[in-house]
Amino acid sequence: MKKVFLIIEREYLSRVKKKSFLILTFLVPSLFIAMYAAVFFIYKNEGESKKEFLVLDESGIFKNEFKNSETITFKYADGGYAANKAKIKNKKDLLLLYVPKDYASSNDIEILSAKKPGFSLLNDVEKQMENIIQNKKLIAAGIDTAILKSSKTQININAKQLTDEGEKDANIGATYVVGFISSFLIYLSLFIYGAQVMRGVIEEKTNRIVEVIVSSVKPFQLMLGKILGIGAVGLTQFLLWIILSSTISVAAGKFLAPDQQVIKTEKVDATVNTDTNPTKVQESPALKFINAASSINFPYIIGSFLFYFIGGYLIYSALFAAVGSAVDNETETQQFMFPITLPLIFTFIVGMNVIINNPDGPLAFWLSMIPLTSPIAMMIRIPFGVPTWELALSIALLIAGFVFTTWIASRIYRVGILMYGKKVTYKELAKWFFYKE
Amino acid sequence: MLSIRNIVKEYAKHRALDDVSIEIEKGKIFGLLGPNGAGKTSLIRIINQITAPDSGEVYFNGEKLNPQHINKIGYLPEERGLYKKMEIGEQMLYLAQLKGLSKADAIKRIKFWFEKMEMQTWWKKKVEDLSKGMQQKVQFVATVLHDPELIILDEPFSGFDPVNAEIIKDEILELNKKGTTIIFSTHRMESVEQLCHHIALIHKSHKILDGSIKDIKNVYRNETYKIKYEGSLNLSQYSNFEVIQEDILDETKEITIKLNSGISTNDVLLELIPQVQIKHIEEVIPSINEIFIQKVTALN
Repeated sequence: MKKVFLIIEREYLSRVKKKSFLILTFLVPSLFIAMYAAVFFIYKNEGESKKEFLVLDESGIFKNEFKNSETITFKYADGGYAANKAKIKNKKDLLLLYVPKDYASSNDIEILSAKKPGFSLLNDVEKQMENIIQNKKLIAAGIDTAILKSSKTQININAKQLTDEGEKDANIGATYVVGFISSFLIYLSLFIYGAQVMRGVIEEKTNRIVEVIVSSVKPFQLMLGKILGIGAVGLTQFLLWIILSSTISVAAGKFLAPDQQVIKTEKVDATVNTDTNPTKVQESPALKFINAASSINFPYIIGSFLFYFIGGYLIYSALFAAVGSAVDNETETQQFMFPITLPLIFTFIVGMNVIINNPDGPLAFWLSMIPLTSPIAMMIRIPFGVPTWELALSIALLIAGFVFTTWIASRIYRVGILMYGKKVTYKELAKWFFYKE
Repeated sequence: MLSIRNIVKEYAKHRALDDVSIEIEKGKIFGLLGPNGAGKTSLIRIINQITAPDSGEVYFNGEKLNPQHINKIGYLPEERGLYKKMEIGEQMLYLAQLKGLSKADAIKRIKFWFEKMEMQTWWKKKVEDLSKGMQQKVQFVATVLHDPELIILDEPFSGFDPVNAEIIKDEILELNKKGTTIIFSTHRMESVEQLCHHIALIHKSHKILDGSIKDIKNVYRNETYKIKYEGSLNLSQYSNFEVIQEDILDETKEITIKLNSGISTNDVLLELIPQVQIKHIEEVIPSINEIFIQKVTALN
């Protein structure tokens, strides 16, 4: 056992001491924070920029019908098309809405602007115009305006999740994002750290140091030490990322706090709103994300993430170690890599398309039980909530899975590391498995 | 010290060792000889407990081989290497600790050996910065660092430059003098012939011959002598010996003769001295290589 610790120590220190480890450790959270900040400020600035419309309405239908919102104000213009066109020239926030007399037949409504207008802006204006025309047509058809008013409903669904702690706001968007990010991180890290184990094994084999080492320790101890050492590097990396990110997030949260306060009070508790044109306060998407993120049980997510990372890593790194032992250099690994990476890629693709949309479906269930696929599949499901018995079964199967794969891998490994200059086939690997000590 | 008894080792279709038994005495230098693929490395791996035999046993100092013995053996494999990016000192420390040395002891012993081999300045160097000859010195030191009772060297002089080979050879002899048992394994039999006290010949998974070099040579010498002389002889007139070979080197002639039974070299010399000027006479002792070939041909 002491020798395994020596191996773990070497594998760990030789990697953690590298400059690339330090760079990656600080680079990733800073990138994350930078992205976060960028999204926040882009949305924040967009929310503040107000647009003004000059409405040149030759048909007269829309006169005084437009409703101003926080971001859009309407003014009704006189004069000719050309004169108004000149007015908006070189003005960033002034747009011209031109409705010709025969707009209904020619369908020739125009928005003119110095800068290309955004999609949501166009959408807002179009919606308002449709509403106005619809209202006018209904009134013309003899429908009472009172009925009209009461028939207009707007529904905002407030999804609430029933849990042991009572009702909880189910923030689907944030859940989605957390599921995506955590499963993607698992997917990526299984590849990265698994490949590191494989490369380490190949390095020892091509260096020819492996025979010296196995004359001091059992091949299994060497494999175990390598896997655990590199796994510890991965964990260290993640823990540093979590600590760094949350420290910076807390600091950033303090910095942004005053803004957040204002908007929170304006938040509309929308249930069923019977107003014709509800003036719904637009929440800044960045703040929406911050609020949503606070509704997620992070300790639970991080705990599960670490467990599924460790479990998945132990399974895959053992397989990667077996592949590394069977080849003489990295170019030969291709034929064996495919069946190992296949379940990972498959789960990730299925996960992003099926599981994330139906986290309680049968495919989601089975993929989160099979040990080779459960680390990714389960991480997508966990933010949505998973029954305890399913989680327990998945964890038990994952543990059984890595004990089993490590056993298989070690039987191939012990033979492989001492075989040189041989092109290995699957048949050969199977034979190695049955070799006696 | 090491008793190898009836070892059988089989790989998928191929029997690498077939009922091999060898006794190695304490404090001796033992040569494990045979062509490539004969089974030497398989046997060494069994002694090092890298693999286990299918049947048969190995006893180390009278005890059945067990993991405790690993720390008493130093092994320099034929395929040897080091971590390229690791500092030499750190690497030595790691390997020594894997052999069961405490950190403090390991540092002490590394310092001792680095001084002895004039490697003091190498501690912070990386393997990739060393020449091949320097790397071999490092590998040798790594093998003997933990003061093993038994040192196994597989093809030890292959790839060594003559200067380093000589240094290493002297170190090995010095260790042997202090009581360390040495096993040389090589297919280049001539390279260790003068060093070994005992040998075993392995051929196609079988041990075909073993014993002390002196005894083996005694068995295989066959009254053959080489004589150099100046002058002329009518070789057909002698009945005491049979001429096997005749060479003419400038003025000197050289004949290889086999004495007939009951005849001594003195008898031959008495006959020849009046005729020619004798320059040189020596017994032709077959080399281990020749003995090996003889033995293999005889088996076939």
